[in-house]
Amino acid sequence: MAKFRIAVHITPRKGLLDPQGNAVKGALHTLGFDPVKDVHVGRYIVIETDAYDAIAAEEAVTDMCRKLLANPVTEDFEIESAVHA
Amino acid sequence: MKFGIVTFPGSNCDYDAFHAVTDVLGEEATYLWHKDHDLQGADVIILPGGFSYGDYLRAGAIARFSPIMQEVVSHAKSGGPVLGICNGFQIACEAGLLPGALMRNSHLQFVSAEVRIRVENADTMFTNLYERGEILRVPIAHGDGRYVAPAGVLDELEAEGRVIFRYADASGNISADANPNGSERNIAGIISESGNVLGMMPHPERACSPLLGSSDGVRLLESILTRVAA
Repeated sequence: MAKFRIAVHITPRKGLLDPQGNAVKGALHTLGFDPVKDVHVGRYIVIETDAYDAIAAEEAVTDMCRKLLANPVTEDFEIESAVHA
Repeated sequence: MKFGIVTFPGSNCDYDAFHAVTDVLGEEATYLWHKDHDLQGADVIILPGGFSYGDYLRAGAIARFSPIMQEVVSHAKSGGPVLGICNGFQIACEAGLLPGALMRNSHLQFVSAEVRIRVENADTMFTNLYERGEILRVPIAHGDGRYVAPAGVLDELEAEGRVIFRYADASGNISADANPNGSERNIAGIISESGNVLGMMPHPERACSPLLGSSDGVRLLESILTRVAA
């Protein structure tokens, strides 16, 4: 077993209304960042876990996303490659 | 009839529900602690409003893993009545007892207000003392009340008469203006396929006395009595 660190990005499902992202976009436009087309606000979760290897660690975190970290109805998730912690 | 009212860390409408059941309905109620595994013989379970586990991660996401929720899910699966109000609705969705999810209000603000909801189906164990199309006045108090589900699921809910309440104006019109949180199709409450789990964002337990501005919620609780007792 080794210790791995994996980062997870959770974002609102594309196509669903993202009022928080829209509010941030509006504020950016107010600041003069006119070219900004779209903003999405999500969550960033870092998990440290013991696992046999990097693939096992990534599989475990994918399972965590499906069961708890992301809502399957409203959110998408992406996990980064596992790194040794 | 015995009502079991679940108290999670952060629940804040459990006392309101207790008051409505015992003082208004005159029935027996008991608090069920989230760490317990025992429903204490309750016939009806109420998942009350509040901010269980601080709404960490997502509203209702952590509460669903409480020991008591395993018992509540078994109770629901065997046909026992479960009423999820506000945070209780969010928990019921996260636990898979109801389809869809509750997201941040479209205008991002917490809303505490009295709203009107239209009874869409009066042939359920929770609404049999109302008339279809009747307009009720009930309070809402939430920041994450925008009901969302895939279009196919919404169509299925509509086709099966499982949309129970919709936000409406005083004349019963379903409009964007009457929608306090951006819920899809103005949905304020839905019922499970088997008809024994109702989830709703408005608070019927806080509309149980003229002193509080409305008594329109009383018949919801009384409906459960007639159906479960029968």
